[in-house]
Amino acid sequence: MPFIPAGKAKDEYDVVIVGSGAGGGQAAYTLTLAGLKCLMLEAGRSYDPVTETAMFQGHWQAPMRAASTPEKPFGFYDATVDGGWKVPGEPYTSAHTRPEEEFKWWRARMLGGRTNHWGRISLRDGPYDLKPKTRDGLGIDWPISYEDVEPYYTKVEQLIGVHGTNEGLENTPNSPEGVLLPPPKGRAVELLTQKHAKALGVPIISVHRAVLTRHLDFKNLPAKLHPGNPWAQKIVREAMAARSACFWATECGRGCSVGANYQSTTVHLPPALATGNLDIISNAHAREVLIWKNGKAGGVLFIDRLTGRVNRVKGKAVILAAGSCETLRILLNSKSSGNSSGVANSSGLVGKYIMDTTGASMTGQIPALENLPPFNEDGAGSLHMYAPWWLYQEQKAGKLNFARGYHIEFGGSRDMPGAENPVPDELGRGSYGTRFKEDARRYYGSFIDFACRGEMIPNENSYADLDPAVKDRFGIPVLRFHWKWSSHELNQVVHAQKIFANLIEAMGGRVDEKPAEDGYQAIKKPGFIIHEVGGAITGSDPAKSVCNSWNQAWDVKNLFFCDGAPFASNADKNPTLTILALSWRTCDHLIEEARKGNL
Amino acid sequence: MSKSDNLVQLTVNGNTSRGITRRRAMQWVLAAVAASAVRPARGEDAVVASTQLAPQEGYGSDPLLLKTYKPGDLWPLTLTAPQRTTAIALADVLLPKDEYGPAASELGVVDMLDEWISAPYEVQAADRQPVVSTLEWMETESTKRFAKAFDKLAPEQQYAICDDICFLEAAKPEFRSAADGFRRIRSISAAAYYATPQGWKAIGYVGNVALEKFDGPPEEVLKKLGLTQTVI
Repeated sequence: MPFIPAGKAKDEYDVVIVGSGAGGGQAAYTLTLAGLKCLMLEAGRSYDPVTETAMFQGHWQAPMRAASTPEKPFGFYDATVDGGWKVPGEPYTSAHTRPEEEFKWWRARMLGGRTNHWGRISLRDGPYDLKPKTRDGLGIDWPISYEDVEPYYTKVEQLIGVHGTNEGLENTPNSPEGVLLPPPKGRAVELLTQKHAKALGVPIISVHRAVLTRHLDFKNLPAKLHPGNPWAQKIVREAMAARSACFWATECGRGCSVGANYQSTTVHLPPALATGNLDIISNAHAREVLIWKNGKAGGVLFIDRLTGRVNRVKGKAVILAAGSCETLRILLNSKSSGNSSGVANSSGLVGKYIMDTTGASMTGQIPALENLPPFNEDGAGSLHMYAPWWLYQEQKAGKLNFARGYHIEFGGSRDMPGAENPVPDELGRGSYGTRFKEDARRYYGSFIDFACRGEMIPNENSYADLDPAVKDRFGIPVLRFHWKWSSHELNQVVHAQKIFANLIEAMGGRVDEKPAEDGYQAIKKPGFIIHEVGGAITGSDPAKSVCNSWNQAWDVKNLFFCDGAPFASNADKNPTLTILALSWRTCDHLIEEARKGNL
Repeated sequence: MSKSDNLVQLTVNGNTSRGITRRRAMQWVLAAVAASAVRPARGEDAVVASTQLAPQEGYGSDPLLLKTYKPGDLWPLTLTAPQRTTAIALADVLLPKDEYGPAASELGVVDMLDEWISAPYEVQAADRQPVVSTLEWMETESTKRFAKAFDKLAPEQQYAICDDICFLEAAKPEFRSAADGFRRIRSISAAAYYATPQGWKAIGYVGNVALEKFDGPPEEVLKKLGLTQTVI
């Protein structure tokens, strides 16, 4: 039985994996298909997307028409279980001095973690992104380059299924021919934006998202992913065949019971479980990595959330993929070896250099989009197009007052009406009755939301340590976050809002508010974009990094990091695809080292 | 609701509309995150250690999603019978039966309004007092002007009252408070109305149907907007 209760773990596993999201899911997939016996610990409850996903539930069936609440910040039908910026009984603290620098930590306590609800935007980091310091003198270079990750990006795209196009734009890598699934057609609002953006020099292209716009090629892909391993190919073939193509309805954030998009629970865990090599313990709140006297990791100590009991499980290697900051929390709390600064921390850098993605937004109302005849714009459940960062050369020439770029995500409003008044007061101007209903029909679909997602440069003032006083309900010291934006992030979001206003005005629309002059006014709080990475960064010097180029802890050679914690930079590209690619790469290395007897 | 990654759809003080509320919405969610009480996930009371717990209030962080909920199932509704009568009459003035669809009362709009203002969440609770006062004000005003309850008034009489309070920005000082409540009632009622199959029809939403393929906008729409499909 692969789902086992705490206390029923085998005596020892090849690998103990903490976390079941993107990084943990990929690790379990890669390792079990290579024949390694793995135990996965998930802090939240088990979750079955096939039977639990509210795909076609109507808003009228939910409390308050499914409106957002603090308990369900993304609306009632969002897939997230026991999650949000607040998890009951598991606080965190912030040592911020200004409100715009108060870090907000989003967590999900469920099998599959955040992958059940995420945006599915799957962008490759480009060559510049891994060598930022070389390019502009700021931040930290990774020890690896794009060429090291490229084969894994391709494998991940083939496994999870990513739609999109190859445009050959600067630092926006193409995928090899035939890897991407067909892009979905542009929506009216997207085509309109594309047309007007062109005149402003902003390229609007098909986005890459992990949604199956057609059935995966389950006949041919498994052999490409697992050459020479017919047993793995057979398992992956069956898992791929079981996933359906998108049927062009419902929001991806609800999760997908037919497996038409990527979530760990529909893509990674089914084949991993089918190998017979994976046990999963849910409600297992990891507290620390256990270190033997020889300095090697021996396993993980966790608390069974249902009983409060302490459990120890053994593994020949340990992978932390708990969700970047959770991984830091575990490292800093791992003091059984007698090291008061935690495990893998001889550099003193565990917790340092945390980055989120920058975010700012603006809404426009576009008269040209008013009173259109009804048509279905549901599409693939989220955006079909976006603007990659396009001003690399201007930046290089010193024409901008910030060093790193952002991409633009945007979307219209011809989607399923939720618990939302369709007529803003300033447009309705007091209308009620049939006149109000005419307004509702007139303005429906005429709004457009723009948001930037930008790169933050790691800095000395953005980090986490253990709060000296506050503990969670299990008595475990919690993280305390420290944060400072630099002028690069603040100037970047100001630039983005000006571009949004230009775009909206070019379309003949009006903006909801003037672009901010002060970056603090525009920028979302840290943690709000939910792309926090770093804190156990990769590097080539053990004194200046926590892990090596394989995301293997310098201090503990059988301890690996498979979430975002090793990121030494956080490009504007959403981190999940890179987490998946690096997790696969790390696990290939782990397998190789294990075969050589080096662990 | 945005199609963008991670944008939060939020409702603020009954003004659930787009536009100027987004920044306020973000401010609210942050305030609410900070303010909401710590309480145990279900079945875990046994291991709760020293944390002081607030009583169970909302639906929790792991509600059953596949169940159909009715207003009143999760927390008690609080409008009095007279307030409710006025609210139903008002909602039907706001969203009448017409060529676009049924009247608000046929879609349970006031049940949702009652559920909303009775909810144990800060943002919804902030609507309670203005909504209730306005319903009471309408009763008093109806009696004062026409010697009848609001629901018994002729449509023209109902409009006469509504016209004084329908637009906060233009309302006379003596009507500002009622206009604020009216704005909230209209906003919550519209949110309730359009989040129904009949509301979808009324607004022109034709999605949420499984399709073999997605063809993008129809030719008629592209033509009207002067666009061509660029994704082949």
